[in-house]
Amino acid sequence: MNIIVVGLSHKTASVEIREKVAFSPNSIEQPLKALLMLEGIVEGVIVSTCNRVEIYATTRDIAGGVGRLRRFLADWHHLPYDTIEPHLYSYHGEAAIRHVFRVASSLDSMVVGEPQILGQIKTSYGYAAEYGSSGIILNRFLHKAFSVAKRVRTETRIASSAVSVSFAAVELARKIFDSLSDKTVLLVGAGEMCELAARHFLTNGAREVLVTNRTYEKAQRLAEEFEGQAVPFEELFDHLHKADIILTSTGAPHFIVTPKDLKEVIQRRRMRPMFFIDIAVPRDIDPAVNELDSIYLYDMDDLQQVVAANLENRMQEAEKAEAIIAEEIVQFAKWIATLEVTPTIVALRRRLDELRRAELARTLVAWKDAPPDVEKRLDALTTALINKILHQPTIVLKRTGQGNRTDLYLDALRALFDLELGIEEPESTLELEEPPTTP
Amino acid sequence: MTHIAFYLTLALYGVTTLLYLACLLRSTPCVAGLARKLLVAGFLAHCLAVIHRAIAAGHLPITNMHESLSFFALSIVAAYLYFEFRFKVTSLGSFVLPLVLLLVIGSSAFPSELRPLNPALKSTWIYSHTLLAFGAYAFFTIAGGVASMYLLQSHFLKKKQLGTLFQKLPSLDTLDEIGYRCLTFGFPMLTVAIITGAIWAAQAWGSYWSWDPKETWSLITWFVFAALLHGRLTTGWRGRRAAWLTVAGFLIMLFTFIGVNLWIPGLHSYN
Repeated sequence: MNIIVVGLSHKTASVEIREKVAFSPNSIEQPLKALLMLEGIVEGVIVSTCNRVEIYATTRDIAGGVGRLRRFLADWHHLPYDTIEPHLYSYHGEAAIRHVFRVASSLDSMVVGEPQILGQIKTSYGYAAEYGSSGIILNRFLHKAFSVAKRVRTETRIASSAVSVSFAAVELARKIFDSLSDKTVLLVGAGEMCELAARHFLTNGAREVLVTNRTYEKAQRLAEEFEGQAVPFEELFDHLHKADIILTSTGAPHFIVTPKDLKEVIQRRRMRPMFFIDIAVPRDIDPAVNELDSIYLYDMDDLQQVVAANLENRMQEAEKAEAIIAEEIVQFAKWIATLEVTPTIVALRRRLDELRRAELARTLVAWKDAPPDVEKRLDALTTALINKILHQPTIVLKRTGQGNRTDLYLDALRALFDLELGIEEPESTLELEEPPTTP
Repeated sequence: MTHIAFYLTLALYGVTTLLYLACLLRSTPCVAGLARKLLVAGFLAHCLAVIHRAIAAGHLPITNMHESLSFFALSIVAAYLYFEFRFKVTSLGSFVLPLVLLLVIGSSAFPSELRPLNPALKSTWIYSHTLLAFGAYAFFTIAGGVASMYLLQSHFLKKKQLGTLFQKLPSLDTLDEIGYRCLTFGFPMLTVAIITGAIWAAQAWGSYWSWDPKETWSLITWFVFAALLHGRLTTGWRGRRAAWLTVAGFLIMLFTFIGVNLWIPGLHSYN
């Protein structure tokens, strides 16, 4: 049995293509069922996110299976095959295992190390398990992928640093204030980035949000949204001392806060540190403010540099992750190889035993004046003969880790003796370690 | 026995210091855990060495340079362990432990033979006066350590140099909190140590205050930390300038403790 992967991602296809072949989670049942109807496809899982659409499947016929899955992606969405063909990639065997391990570990993501993809794959697998399209191999395979992703996350620092401006701001604040739980955030002006950052601060425990805006109504509206308090813009400096973290993004053409303005504020705050985050361009805060004791100022450029450095860091950590994945692939490939050994031996033994019994019965029926103990003797003889014949092949097959050899022998045995085997799960299925996280 | 315990202490502190420095460069929780365990082991060995020597000598082993440096190191480790367990700041150890190691190495460089106690020191005042002084010194040393970490961290934040060391150091608020604790513990101890010293001096030497170099420098140390604490309590003074003054206070204290004994002869020089 072989694992195959067919799909496209942000690396091979533009969003226009990706959205055409995307599967909606609300109607994932039909394509999953249709997948199993394809000739030679035994199990299937469909992963569809905004950055990738992929099908993981198992098949005995690699070339045929891959071809049918590629066609399936076009046919299901009623697209001419030519439009998506150049964007598709397909893998089988170890390359397929590597690909899925890398995707789950977020090494193939647009932002390497982003945490959503693992949750998305878990959800996709959840559907496949629910509708019965994943079986023994894909169950084991995806659980393995989840544990590899977990290992990558804990053993490397791939996701340890912020790679978005607003998260970088929260992280910096933690290096100034330790706990954000008793901290007040002041928003000066409105702006998407500013609001996003404020929201991040709130979800990370900030106590209160103050909002000010040249248009007081706007401030009120935003304050309501954050369950905070609106402050008239003219009274900014009467309230500034209450704020530990100040986010500014006004359209003002000049600095609205200068070192001179902060003298009194610092005194009123008893010199407790203040963290200014200036997202406005042109800037709202005089950079000289950063020179004041206990005042820390970051503008958009600073934050973007932090993000860039963190991203570079992630790339270095990604190399460690690749090593972990390489290790896990070897182990998993071994499991796949041994998967069918035992059932094949059992089936072979059963087949030979059937023949033996049939021949034995025929012989005894024809043998009229047989001595009384002949049945016992013949039974022992034929059983011993079969055991002797099967002894060596069993040893060879059980010597696992032979890779392609084992597959070859198994295929030959199945073909030569016309064996039908029901594969049984050798170990109990692993449980999902954690509920799928929604992005 | 005392020697075995002492050299065991030295070895354990040596390894611990290396581990704490390694923690600063590379992040593995197991190294930090091991460092903490070894430090506790070193601390226990150190206690054993000091107690054993105290029994052998029949008095507190703080009467010569060998003994006082070792006792100073022990006080610092005790204070450090409190803060490590209370605030979980491994990186503080990377700053404090090298000094501890230096002190113990320094201690081993001085003659360690037991000598009869100077008659002037035969008094129960020795306990309150010196133990309080050592306690104050230990807390001021920790204060000096966190103040230098504060200066580093604040420098990184202002200059936007957010490297490995920045990631390892605790937040400014945590450092500030530890520093303030040290002041509130250390300053009263130093105050009482000076007062008991004066009372003892009146009994032993006949005068409360004789402007002995040790007394003068202790007073300077006291004024520095008094200024810091006063500023903090009245206007909430903190930040980089306060941190600089804390470091200065620590260096003055170090001079009061070691420099005065080594270079300026006076009533407190017993070697």
